[in-house]
Amino acid sequence: MHMADALISPAVGGALWAASAGLIGYCSKKLRQDQDDRKIPLMGVIGAFIFAAQMINFTIPATGSSGHLGGGMILAILLGPHAAFLAMASVLTVQALFFADGGLLALGCNIFNLGFFPCFICYPLIYKLFVRGKASSGAIITGALVSAILGLQMGAFSVVLETFFSGISELPFAVFVALMLPIHLAIGLVEGITTAAVILFVWKSRPEIMMASPEPGRGYSIGKVLAGFAAAAVIVGGALSWFASSHPDGLEWAMFRTAGVEKFAAPEKGIHSSLSAIQEKTAFLPDYGFKTTESHPGEETAGAWPAVNPGTSVSGLVGGLLTLCLAVFIGFVIKRRKAART
Amino acid sequence: MATIENNLFDIRTMDTLASGNTGLHRLDPRAKLITTLIFIVMVVSLGKYEISMMIPFVIYPVAMVVGADLPVFYLLKKILIVSPFAVLIGIFNPLLDTQPLLEIGRVSLSGGWVSFFSILIRFALTVGAALVLICLTGFNGVCMALEKLKVPLPFVIQLLFLYRYLFVLIEEASRMIRARSLRSFDSGRMRFKVFVPLLGQLLLRTLDRAQRIHLAMLCRGFDGHIRVAKPMTFGQKEVIFILSWSCFFILARRYNLPVIFGSIIEGFF
Repeated sequence: MHMADALISPAVGGALWAASAGLIGYCSKKLRQDQDDRKIPLMGVIGAFIFAAQMINFTIPATGSSGHLGGGMILAILLGPHAAFLAMASVLTVQALFFADGGLLALGCNIFNLGFFPCFICYPLIYKLFVRGKASSGAIITGALVSAILGLQMGAFSVVLETFFSGISELPFAVFVALMLPIHLAIGLVEGITTAAVILFVWKSRPEIMMASPEPGRGYSIGKVLAGFAAAAVIVGGALSWFASSHPDGLEWAMFRTAGVEKFAAPEKGIHSSLSAIQEKTAFLPDYGFKTTESHPGEETAGAWPAVNPGTSVSGLVGGLLTLCLAVFIGFVIKRRKAART
Repeated sequence: MATIENNLFDIRTMDTLASGNTGLHRLDPRAKLITTLIFIVMVVSLGKYEISMMIPFVIYPVAMVVGADLPVFYLLKKILIVSPFAVLIGIFNPLLDTQPLLEIGRVSLSGGWVSFFSILIRFALTVGAALVLICLTGFNGVCMALEKLKVPLPFVIQLLFLYRYLFVLIEEASRMIRARSLRSFDSGRMRFKVFVPLLGQLLLRTLDRAQRIHLAMLCRGFDGHIRVAKPMTFGQKEVIFILSWSCFFILARRYNLPVIFGSIIEGFF
């Protein structure tokens, strides 16, 4: 389920970094507004609990394999969406650093895939649908089961999307979807059952914990989340289209191949002459190449090696840095606004 | 059972490595974090057929491992353990992309194989860089760097707490598992009926623990901030570190250094 650095392009990684950084900033702000510092140790310790829980496996009958608790959904149910998102993000950060699950650039993707969907889509829209006001064991079981399965399906689908738009893997979109979704249906089922069972256990033995869990209705509007989601989609879409139009991935590369051109060092030389006119006007770095006059002054001696297109490399670099700056900038702006408010 | 304690052992090993005292260890965590991020972005931004351009990037993790006296085989083993996902996704490339791309003597290599190897190399490089970062800096160091780099404070505190209680809770979990297996005859298998109350108990204990921690923190004057005694200085050394590595990465990203090197060698003959 973890996305790996090796499979993503800087544009996709950067865009999702920006989206995740924005969400982390937003959740941090929400937590500060809560003024409930009881939650700070609670989140941290429950995050550590997720680790411990993932290391306890049970045997799935008749299959010989074993299952364990996933995390996102149970955090959302116990802590509420904002704290749960931060806790999930921290769990994934530790996994990325110590167990090399995923990677640092893919961390944004992983936080988004495994944190955003359970906390901001499944918990408020699906779990709350089942467990609204009346908390019965049936409602908790179906709510946890359905939302855990759907959350994992969304996450798996977005892994496919990210891999596809990165264009590093040759796997066709449909095949990858057909591969990922059934596998994660099974995983989601196991996760849903464990989540439901553990939540039910807590609810039966200590109902006050479930009651004390924050009501998402307070200071929490779907509209804001949707606005955030739309903003993320615009960022992702913008970065992706910018990337897709200037790099040979998927379809474009197939066209390139069928055209019979065999010049592998410079596949960026696009075949989309008709599109390039529009692109030139809209894109900041048209076709990943600076106009020669804009190139860095002191470093223009690359003409000797025809295989290297300095413009392409420079714009790749600038693109990567730009997305990084974007992520940092968004975090910074949110931080500033937060400071101004308090 | 074994995996729980192995994981714990792994984290402790890396923490021990991070407490070394070489010049690289003493460098400000921010410098190492930024350099690692630049490195990863540079590696990942290379096209999928550009194996030769990826090679010079190996110098960075190698230099860090050498400079800081890190155990090479331990790190390689860790990279190997997590490689299956990248291999699984990458292995489809040779099957789907059969256009011959390279011809070495009479053997022709398809584009799929080239991109498969490029996935493996970029995987090893990016994972290696992240591991090197944590072995050089330690998790607390990375968190402090994040705080100084204006990452929202609640998230940084969350990371610090998580890391602090990771050990406590994993040990608690492994005690529970040991107790169960000592009391059951089919100790290899954990039934779901046992698993749920076990996990539920652990969760309840966790919640109680969180409450105790909170009370203890309040007694000691917690006001939402965590203060660190160890000062961080971002001086000349750090600037030089970041700038010189960045220059190298840019050089390796822009020019195909192995090809240049090869043509220089060829020039002699």
